Amino acid sequence: MIKEYKTIHEIASPLMIVEQVEGVTYDELCEIQLPDGSLRRGKVLEVNGDKAVIQLYESAAGINLAESKVRFLGHPLELAVSEDMLGRVFNGMGQPIDGGPEILAEAHLDINGLPMNPAARAYPAEFIQTGVSTIDGLNTLVRGQKLPIFSGSGLPHANLAAQIARQAKVPGDEGKFAVVFAAIGITFEESEFFVQEFKRTGAIDRTVMFSNLADEPAVERISTPRMALTAAEYLAFEKDMHVLVILTDITNYAEALREISAAKKEVPGRRGYPGYLYTDLATMYERAGRRLGKPGSITMIPILTMPEDDKTHPIPDLTGYITEGQIILSRELHRKGIVPPVDVLPSLSRLKDKGIGAGKTREDHAGVLNQLFAAYAAGKDAKELMTILGESALSETDKHYAAFAEAFEQKYVNQGNEVDRSIEETLTIGWELLRMLPRSELKRIKPEYIEKYLPEK
Amino acid sequence: MSGKIIKVAGPLVVADGLADANVSDVVRVGHQHLIGEILNMTGDRASIQVYEETTGLGPGAEVVTTGAPLSVELGPGMLEGIYDGIQRPLTEIRELTGSTIARGIDVPALNRTKRWEFKPTVKPGAELVEGDIIGTVQETSAIEHRILVPNGISGKVKTIEEGFFTVEDTVCVLERDGKEIPLTMMQKWPVRVNRPYKKKFMPDRPLQSGQRIVDTMFPIAKGGTAAIPGPFGSGKTVMQHALAKWSDVDIVVYIGCGERGNEMTDVLMEFPELIDPHTGEPLMKRTVLIANTSDMPVAAREASIYTGITIAEYFRDMGYDVAVIADSTSRWAEALREMSGRLEEMPGEEGYPAYLASRIAQFYERAGVVECKGADGRRGSLTAIGAVSPPGGDISEPVSQATMRITKVFWGLDSALAYARHFPAINWLNSYSLYLDYLKPWYEKNFPGFMENRNKAMSILQEEANLNEIVRLVGADSLAPNEQLTLATAKMIREDFLQQNSFVDIDSYSETERQFMLMNLIIEFDKLARAAVANGVELEKLVNIPAKEKIGRAKTVPANQYKAEYTQIGEEMRRQIEEASMGGEDA
Repeated sequence: MIKEYKTIHEIASPLMIVEQVEGVTYDELCEIQLPDGSLRRGKVLEVNGDKAVIQLYESAAGINLAESKVRFLGHPLELAVSEDMLGRVFNGMGQPIDGGPEILAEAHLDINGLPMNPAARAYPAEFIQTGVSTIDGLNTLVRGQKLPIFSGSGLPHANLAAQIARQAKVPGDEGKFAVVFAAIGITFEESEFFVQEFKRTGAIDRTVMFSNLADEPAVERISTPRMALTAAEYLAFEKDMHVLVILTDITNYAEALREISAAKKEVPGRRGYPGYLYTDLATMYERAGRRLGKPGSITMIPILTMPEDDKTHPIPDLTGYITEGQIILSRELHRKGIVPPVDVLPSLSRLKDKGIGAGKTREDHAGVLNQLFAAYAAGKDAKELMTILGESALSETDKHYAAFAEAFEQKYVNQGNEVDRSIEETLTIGWELLRMLPRSELKRIKPEYIEKYLPEK
Repeated sequence: MSGKIIKVAGPLVVADGLADANVSDVVRVGHQHLIGEILNMTGDRASIQVYEETTGLGPGAEVVTTGAPLSVELGPGMLEGIYDGIQRPLTEIRELTGSTIARGIDVPALNRTKRWEFKPTVKPGAELVEGDIIGTVQETSAIEHRILVPNGISGKVKTIEEGFFTVEDTVCVLERDGKEIPLTMMQKWPVRVNRPYKKKFMPDRPLQSGQRIVDTMFPIAKGGTAAIPGPFGSGKTVMQHALAKWSDVDIVVYIGCGERGNEMTDVLMEFPELIDPHTGEPLMKRTVLIANTSDMPVAAREASIYTGITIAEYFRDMGYDVAVIADSTSRWAEALREMSGRLEEMPGEEGYPAYLASRIAQFYERAGVVECKGADGRRGSLTAIGAVSPPGGDISEPVSQATMRITKVFWGLDSALAYARHFPAINWLNSYSLYLDYLKPWYEKNFPGFMENRNKAMSILQEEANLNEIVRLVGADSLAPNEQLTLATAKMIREDFLQQNSFVDIDSYSETERQFMLMNLIIEFDKLARAAVANGVELEKLVNIPAKEKIGRAKTVPANQYKAEYTQIGEEMRRQIEEASMGGEDA
């Protein structure tokens, strides 16, 4: 018999205080029944004697202090999971919103998950070919990696994410795959873009969507990504699928977190975000990965828009400290019409080294990658110098580098959203570009590979 | 003695009825017996930080004190292991609960059933004092574990046995004032208390890490302290891993504090495969891992740093050179901040507690070269290297500043270098080592001229920075030939010497002699070319000699050939510069 309390003392959305409670525990889920019979949910943030502080997951509008009833359910917020979730659309609380039937649950899982034992992780080392040169060739993605896209307002991150979702494959592996997509506080149009994209490619039947749009309550954004990750964990580690999780937009998530933190009157950290933002983000991002003895995997692509394109803003900054690299989009390249406008130099994949080379991509991959990076960096420096002093001030070598940087952007980066390049094509384009430089500058590639892949004409 | 919970707020639990408990006692909370530690007491009311998730705890649940502070178990079985922040063995937890870490698991840190072969080194009748070695256990093929008389105990050996024992079996009995004191191979030590030693010394030997920018440019001494601050993506972790792999110490304790799970997995997978160039044994045989990854409970993150350094001190007490590598101390400081906030303490800078700087200082001060307890006068050292993750890469924040005040070496990572894929991305202009003077005698004795070369290289790099300012204003053409030579030499130092690829086998480790020879080639090139330029030889001819390109590839010469190869490059270089000076064709 579950007790009902009609002792709500205070509501200051998203917080609510209930008094005279008994046996309530931390993090427990509770239901609030409104006079009209509708239900809202919340979780226990703090219990102090007979007083419980509750954080509402949904809007507080319409809750009446005297008439509403509160029930504590004795377990944290859970998601009903089954394989039938594929092809369905849910709201941020895990309820179906596509008009279809309720999910016949195989299990109810705590949406917070459990920390993964580092001794039980399998190190991600399987090359994923995304067909995008700047990723495959320079910032290689591997199965089980978390690789965010750092974007800015008005940059085409959605197109790039959709392109990756469409083209990503592990060469020679036909394992079961699924996409889990969480729309966190984004607009209908942005969300619909992904839906149309998944429909166009037929991936929609293998997609689970969790949707919390911009006009829905901000507090629901706290649970949306966790719902998505719980579904992803279930599909990956119970059903052995390779799951690609796209979370967009993490900035909206962090803002919702800040809103709740402010309501709780916590000491704010940088820019008003709570001091535990790092830990909070980490408990989501770290759910990506592979586990020993399990064939499935979770590869995560969170998308975030950097306020003022500032990489040192707390959201991208803390994300970068947790994720295994980042793909950064550049406004400058976007203006130049380069598609996708990936800013190669500050982008990074930390797991690339174990995912490339002979047997995975090709023996010369590491050398070409390092050489392209170094040459592009030198080329950009040279171009900068050129704008100040004019071309005549450059040395012969610097002129080569400046020309290289320009060609690199046009041929290597600018491939468009529809072109799907194999890793061999990407490497070949890389070699063709390196031909523009004097051979003595190619110090980062083993001489035998230069002989083999760049024979002197 | 047990109390009852009255408040739960995240990792902070308040319980009353604990009048008999002590501050810092470890307590067991709720029916799952979650592990916690008492932070404050008010009357019979205790504020407790719980090292596990507190979901499901509520008022009324029982809290039992163990009466002992947070301690680690010290004895054979720690090497090759991976522990969480409060020394629970993660490999065994995996066998119990699978891929994730469930709550309330109670597994002893040291295996209670495994039998170790104990070899006594003392005979009955010997008079022993605290810290004396009573015997050894070959714990791994690389490390002999020395069993010590625990602190505060002394006496005459009554019996001592050779054979196979578990860590709880009595291996030796001491007698003192007619009383018998049984000794086992295991001892416990509270993590927040420094393990004692007889005397501390000034560090005077370098820690040879095989990393050129470290050993040659900014060396750290054995027993020293270093900080590696840097924004994300600048290579902190790769640098930390490289130091853990190649440092010429006996034991490495690697603390993954609030960082990525896959990084620990990487170490777990890679270290058993890699061979320690100093012993020829797999690196894992000398390594202890402490992992509190960022998705694991935050309170245990605070403890992980202390757990790690206490284990390190224990190995130091055996007379070993030990390195503690902590990645990242910023996460530890953030855990402090989070608990401080929940305790509603008055915040200091950026919300960090006012005691942040003193806690950081206490941690690093546990490093040093010491004479260990015991009668034999053996020395051990403990080197502490901590990564710092400043928000936005801005080191004006409190954790970086408090760390820089106490550590003697500063390896400043630079994102601009990282973008250009210059790794390790340690900025040579703002990094420093205060051990140069202490270590000079060692370098001069082993490699005469080493420090002179090093200083020359530093001044060339400094001059390059100045010249680059001019180039940016008026172009490279305006520089005099000798200044252009400085730029060329600086480029050699940067690209052919400082850049080091951790992911290429031959290059990942560079022994000190090799560093010395390579730097010698570059400095000699500069010297000869400078003399030639002064005599009017065209710079173009000098920088295009084939030997210079060979220097550029010298990093990749296999370890068993470099001496001959470098000597030969040197000869070719001298000849080619001479020929260029005489106007002859390249040979």
